Amino acid sequence: MNTTISRRSFLKITGLTIAVSVTPFGHTILNASEKKDLKTFNPNVWLHITSDNKITIYIGNSEMGQGVLTAQSMIIADELEADWKQIKIKQAPAADALKSPILGAQITVGSASMRGFYEPLRKAGAAGRTMLIKAAAETWNVPESECIAELGTVKHEKSKRSLTYGQLCEKAAKLQVPQDPLLKKESEFRYMGKPMPRVDVPEKVRGKAVYGLDVNDGNVKELKGMLYAIIARPPAYGAKPQSFDQKAAEQVKDVVKVMQIPMGIAVCATSTDAALKGKDALKVQWDKGTHPDMDNAYIEKLMMADLDKQGAKVHEVGDARKALSEAAKKVEATYFVPCVAHATMEPMNTTAYVQEDRCDIWSPNQNQTACKGMAAGITKLPPEKVHIHTTFIGCGLGRRAFTDFVPEAVIISKTLGKPVKVMWTREDDIRHDRFRAPMAHRVQGGLDAQGELIGWSHKTSAVSIMKPVNPKAIKDGVDYYCLWGLWDVPDSPHWNTRIQYEVPNLYIEFLMADLPILCWPWRAVQNGPNAFAIECFMDELAHAAGKDPLEFRLQNLKNNKRATRVLQTVAEKAGWGKPIPKGQGRGIAQHACFGTWAAQVVDLSVDKNTGKIKVHRVVAAVDCGPVINPGPLVEQIEGGVILAISTALKEEVKFANGGVASVNFDDYPILRMSEVPEIEVHIVKSTDKIGGIGELGVPPLAPAVANAFFNATGVRIRRIPLTPKTVMDAMKKT
Amino acid sequence: MISLNVNGKKYKVDVPDDVMLLWVLRDHLKLTGTKYSCGIGECGSCTVHINGKAERSCTISVGQVKGKKITTIEGLPDSHPVKKAWVQEQVPQCGYCQPGVIMQVAALISQKPAPTADQIISKMDDVICRCGTYLRIKKGIQTAVQLTRREVKK
Ligand code: FES
Ligand code: FES
Repeated sequence: MNTTISRRSFLKITGLTIAVSVTPFGHTILNASEKKDLKTFNPNVWLHITSDNKITIYIGNSEMGQGVLTAQSMIIADELEADWKQIKIKQAPAADALKSPILGAQITVGSASMRGFYEPLRKAGAAGRTMLIKAAAETWNVPESECIAELGTVKHEKSKRSLTYGQLCEKAAKLQVPQDPLLKKESEFRYMGKPMPRVDVPEKVRGKAVYGLDVNDGNVKELKGMLYAIIARPPAYGAKPQSFDQKAAEQVKDVVKVMQIPMGIAVCATSTDAALKGKDALKVQWDKGTHPDMDNAYIEKLMMADLDKQGAKVHEVGDARKALSEAAKKVEATYFVPCVAHATMEPMNTTAYVQEDRCDIWSPNQNQTACKGMAAGITKLPPEKVHIHTTFIGCGLGRRAFTDFVPEAVIISKTLGKPVKVMWTREDDIRHDRFRAPMAHRVQGGLDAQGELIGWSHKTSAVSIMKPVNPKAIKDGVDYYCLWGLWDVPDSPHWNTRIQYEVPNLYIEFLMADLPILCWPWRAVQNGPNAFAIECFMDELAHAAGKDPLEFRLQNLKNNKRATRVLQTVAEKAGWGKPIPKGQGRGIAQHACFGTWAAQVVDLSVDKNTGKIKVHRVVAAVDCGPVINPGPLVEQIEGGVILAISTALKEEVKFANGGVASVNFDDYPILRMSEVPEIEVHIVKSTDKIGGIGELGVPPLAPAVANAFFNATGVRIRRIPLTPKTVMDAMKKT
Repeated sequence: MISLNVNGKKYKVDVPDDVMLLWVLRDHLKLTGTKYSCGIGECGSCTVHINGKAERSCTISVGQVKGKKITTIEGLPDSHPVKKAWVQEQVPQCGYCQPGVIMQVAALISQKPAPTADQIISKMDDVICRCGTYLRIKKGIQTAVQLTRREVKK
């Protein structure tokens, strides 16, 4: 966890160090011994081969259970032709050069770790292998072509000689790095595409893995004398404290300091328990905030009313209005997707230690670049004096890429001159989450006399993700971050994150809902809410056209091969078109984002007396191009499906009196084991470009559930979650 | 001063009786394998064994456990069938909920001499895993039950 690799240790490098530096303009493979100025040596990913025949790989992306440490190392080890047993994998510290080539920051989001690094990592491994072979050939004075590398050894068959990578590394270090080494053929892959156990699993099972919240003076000795802080935070948006009982808090045993900071009132103590008691003793009185009337009904009403207003144009092809007016059949539907919380199992937290000449931060974060920038800004220290130690992460889901949980620890530590850990309670974590942005959609579609889709007009209102954070990202009134899955951000690195159907006349319009709710990417970002509207509406259109939902989709995907393939796969595996058990319903949906295509079929039944839905089976298919580690890939889809069932059936953040009313898992229910269906994941073999996998389990699920519900009951529900109450209300209406 | 018996070791800690066991384990004894997530007994991340029974350390004060035998994830041997099964089946994703889940499963297996995996699974609805490893947990339980049977036979 506490990676202490520094430039100084690079100066002492012995053996061979190969590094990969990736920028948006391409990548370079480096040999550390060639680098005279090690001050600027800060590659994205690098590996050391040392004379004790050990290989250490440093990875810049954050590990949160997606298996990035293992998968990126597998790529290197494979091309290097190393023995997996000789490899040690470590999390790299934060550095400018660790920025993702496609995202422009050291940040682990957007299912981008493989998309950004697949090729460069292969080349780095292959470069190492090539240099080691060359070093051996020179030692034996034989042609390189007669030498082969195998499991950490270079062999010369003819003379039956062999040398280990450890024996060869110093000599290899003197050679030049080939920029375009020969890569392995797929048939030669040793690790890639094979299930490899994740390297982070054993320590997690032993209870020894150190997460952000676990950082203390027992595992990091610099933290001796650390304080634990809890912050009383405003209960409503924009609320300010009117009064609080500082004395009462300070009188609590072991409370050391009470201080007001921009985020609230911080109570610092020598233990978590004392800080919690001190916070309770504060009895803060808050004013009503900026939107005292806001509750769930207020939000939904406002966003639905938006749909009657004129929005900003996002995209237009053909003439949707004309096509709709000439259509033989016109369909219109309105959808709503409420806020859901990240509710990661490990609540937000950060430990900071600000000293005169340095600042250290231990944080379970997905965005090292932001952490560093924030800390440098507060401490006024130059960025190179700010050290970010990324710990293990207890669920990311995108939440930890927004590092609002870092500055408060830095401010408090700077003021007190002591190491401080700020912990968010579960209540803080849910109430002060930045939610998946709520969305309202009105979609109109037109069919010609043959049932062909000829026009689609789509108006959506959403709470802007970017407005409070980076208003410059909003172009002509459009926050493209809210539109992922419906239309791409112009020049986006998340290519092809848009509606997959070929509609000759398409019009998309956006409205920014005027609400104080703070939002942020949540697994798959707005692909979830957008796929919900698109894929539910496709089902309604198919029904209107009198066509099978699968047929209708395939017909309108036209030449979209990858979407067609995942749909066909999932249909075949699920037995689409075959009879299903009585009382059950079956639904289908597809979606593409982050360079990957996905489709799902859901089987469910509905208890007509209680309105309770039971999902029996989910069959999923994905096409993400080359597969590195199939085990975690399947786990990511399973996990995404389970999370999405939770949001489709249960989750909705409650608001009241201008603030968040949901506070903990008792009033923000999350899917439990008995509610989890059988899940089958099928990987569609593909040699296309590599795509992301972390988020693709989510988008197709909710619409497939709503479509299956229609199939079971003949009733459309155009809003999630499909709670028993929503179901009963909808069934009563029809 | 409160005396505690944790993982077979005796500790003396200077805390009031009403402090939750979870915070004493984590802050004072530095046994951070036991996790905080909800603090209200809803999720199971903080599960430990008290006299062999799975309990939520976030809602039990140290005053209530004086003289009792406490076992945390760190005290469960690495050779324990549940831990072995968890590695074999690659159960954890982020892993944060898993120490609690493992402790809960270990207690259930030890209480019923020959449980079926289904009997145990039916008792697992009070844990939350946000990464959605529930299907792997089920598999892990099946494997752990088999490994336990094998050990008993030996
Ligand atoms: S932290 Fe104890 S049950 Fe959730
Ligand atoms: S493995 Fe992440 S919460 Fe369970």
